[in-house]
Amino acid sequence: MENLTFDLSETPVNTLNHYLHHEAPKGGARKIIVTHPDGAHNIAVGLDCPVEVEILGHVGYYAGGMNKAARIVIEGSAGTGVGENMMSGTVHVRGFASNGAGASAHGGLLIIDGDAGLRCGISLKGGDIVVGGSVGSFSAFMAQAGRMVICGDAGDALGDSLYEAVLYVKGNIKSLGADARIEPLADADIAAVSNLLQQAGMDHAPRDFKRVASKRELYHWNADANQEY
Amino acid sequence: MERHLTLEESYGYDRKTLEYIRKAAAHGLYEIRGMGAKRKLPNFDDLVFLGASMSRYALEGYREKCVTRTLLGTRFAKKPVELEIPITIAGMSFGALSANVKEALGRAATEVGTSTTTGDGGMTQEERQSSKTLIYQCLPSRYGFNPDDVRRADAIEVVIGQGAKPGGGGMLLGQKVSARVAGMRTLPAGVDQRSACRHPDWTGPDDLAIKIQELREMTDWEKPIYVKVGATRTFNDVKLAVHSGADVVVVDGMQGGTAATQTCFIEHIGIPTLAALRQAVEALEDLDMKGKVQLIISGGIRSGPDVAKALAMGADAVAIGQGVMIALGCNGDTYRQNGQNISAVADYNALGAAPGYCHHCHTGQCPVGITTQDEILEQRLEPAIGAKRLKNYLKTLNMELTTIARACGKQNVHHLEREDLAALTLEAAAMANVPLAGTNWVPGRTGGI
Repeated sequence: MENLTFDLSETPVNTLNHYLHHEAPKGGARKIIVTHPDGAHNIAVGLDCPVEVEILGHVGYYAGGMNKAARIVIEGSAGTGVGENMMSGTVHVRGFASNGAGASAHGGLLIIDGDAGLRCGISLKGGDIVVGGSVGSFSAFMAQAGRMVICGDAGDALGDSLYEAVLYVKGNIKSLGADARIEPLADADIAAVSNLLQQAGMDHAPRDFKRVASKRELYHWNADANQEY
Repeated sequence: MERHLTLEESYGYDRKTLEYIRKAAAHGLYEIRGMGAKRKLPNFDDLVFLGASMSRYALEGYREKCVTRTLLGTRFAKKPVELEIPITIAGMSFGALSANVKEALGRAATEVGTSTTTGDGGMTQEERQSSKTLIYQCLPSRYGFNPDDVRRADAIEVVIGQGAKPGGGGMLLGQKVSARVAGMRTLPAGVDQRSACRHPDWTGPDDLAIKIQELREMTDWEKPIYVKVGATRTFNDVKLAVHSGADVVVVDGMQGGTAATQTCFIEHIGIPTLAALRQAVEALEDLDMKGKVQLIISGGIRSGPDVAKALAMGADAVAIGQGVMIALGCNGDTYRQNGQNISAVADYNALGAAPGYCHHCHTGQCPVGITTQDEILEQRLEPAIGAKRLKNYLKTLNMELTTIARACGKQNVHHLEREDLAALTLEAAAMANVPLAGTNWVPGRTGGI
C-alpha cells in the first residue's frame, strides 16, 4: 500500500488516531493523508513510529502532540499546543501556529513557517523549534533545554526564567523576561542556527541572529533579587 | 520595695508573630517548609457517627461482610481503576521522597489493593514496577512527563492545584535536586526548582476539555482521567472539572501536605477539607453527576474514622499523603536500619527540630530517610520495612472503616451517608452541612431545632 487517506468529514479523529497507534507501526501505508481536518482537535496525537502524516488543511488544538518518531506536516495553520510535549520526530506547520506551540517539547523538531502566538516554546525541555515569522509574548517561558530559532520578532518577556535553553532571534525583541540576556554569538551558535535553518528549509544568514540565554541569577534563592520571584 | 515583672503577652503580637517579624527582618525572604497547615481547623474529629440502635439495624462486626471495593473512572474510561479499598496514596514526587520510599509506597499499595500516585518530576522505574495500580500526574511543570509513561500508567491525574498551595507551583530546593532528580526533570543539578503554577498548553476549562480529550485519544480512551484541585472555590471548580470531562475529581483541602512551599501559602490559602468536601459533593449533586463522576478527597485524612466520615459525606475514596509518611516513620524518634533501632534525635536537633515537630522536608536532611535524596540518609528507610508499616496502617484504616460501616448498618462502605453523621461544633455543622448533634439544625440552612 502506498498512501492511505482519512477524510475527517466522514471519519472521526478517533478512528484516525487508533489506526496511527495500532496499524501504522506495522508498516503498510507509506504516508497517511488527512483531508478535511477543518480545525479538528487532537489530530495525530501520541504517535510512536516513524510514519509520515500529511494533513491538508487547518488543525485545532494539540496536533502532533506527544509525538515520537513520526513526521507530521500540516498544510495549513495550527491551533494551541501544536507539537506539545513531543519527544522526537518532526512537526511542520506550513501556516501559522497559535499559543503554546511546542510547549514542553523534550525532543524532535517543530517548524512553523509563519508566525507563532503567545508562549511559543514555553517550558521547552530539549526540543528544537524554528519559526519563520514572529513569536508572541512570553515565548520560551521557563524553557529548560533545547533551542529556538525565531526568524522574525519576539514579543514581551522573551525567555522569562530561562534555564539552559538557548534562543536565537533575527528581528526585534520587544523585551526580555527575568534572568534572560543577549549574549555574543559563538561559532557553535552559528553552526547550530545554520543547521536548524537548513532542516527547516529557511534561508537566513545565521550571523544576523542574536543569542538569548539565561543569566542564571535566579537558579538559587536570592534576597537581593527584589520582585524577580 | 519588691519589683514584679509584668508579662502580659499581646494577642496580636504574640511570641510566634514576633519571631516571624524578626526572621523576615533578618532574611528578607519568606519561610519555606514542608507538611500541611498546623493551625487548628474544623476537621473530621468534629463529626460523630450515629450508630444503629432501635431505628437502624447493625451488622455483626466480625461475621457479616462489608464491601470495600471501589471503582474509579466509570464515566468515559474503557478500563476504570478497580481498588480493593477506598483509601489511596496521594501524589508525592520522587525528588520530594527518596526512590526507596516510592518503592515502599508501591509495594504496600499493591499488597492492600490500592493505587499510588506519581508526583512532580515523573515516574520512576521503582514505583512503576512495585505498583500494580499507578496514577500518573500531569502537572504544570511537565517535568519528566512523556508519552511512554502515559501509556504505562493506569490513570492520568491532571493536577490543577494542591491543598497546601492552591495557585502555586511545586518547589524543590537545591539540596534535593540530585543528579538523578535533575536528569528526570531536565534541570541543572542543585537549582532551587520552582515549578510553574499554570499548565503550559491550556488556560481554562474549555481548553482543559480539549487537553483531556488529547490524553484520551493518546490512550485510546482506556485510562481514567482524574482532575485534582486545591480546595478554594470548590463548588465551581468541581463543576468545571466535570464540564471539562473528568472521570474522577480529586479535591485536596488545606490540611494537605507538601514537601516544600511558602508558609504563607500553607496557612493562609485554601479552605479546610471538611468545607471543601461538602462543596464538592453539592456540585456533583447539582449536576446530577454523583456516582457518575467519582470524588476523591484528601487533606488531613489520618484515620479509619476520617475515611468513614469522608465517605459518609459523599466521597467515593480518599487519598492520604502525610499519614502515609508518618506510617513510614516520619517524625519518629528512631529509624530502623540493618535490624537495629537507631536514635534520630540528634539529627532532628541539628535541623532545629525534634521528633513530632519536624516539617523540614524541604531541607532534604530528613533524619529518618524519607524526604531526602541524600545517599546516606535514604538508606534509613528500607523499602521492605516501610512497605510493612504502611500496609499495616492501611489495613488498620480499612478495618476501622468497615467496623464503623457495620455499626451503622451498612454492608458496603459506600452506603455510608450524611444522615449517619452529627456535628459536635457549630463550625463543623455549618461547613459539613451536617446537623449539630442533638438537633436537626444546620447553621446556614433554614429549619428549626
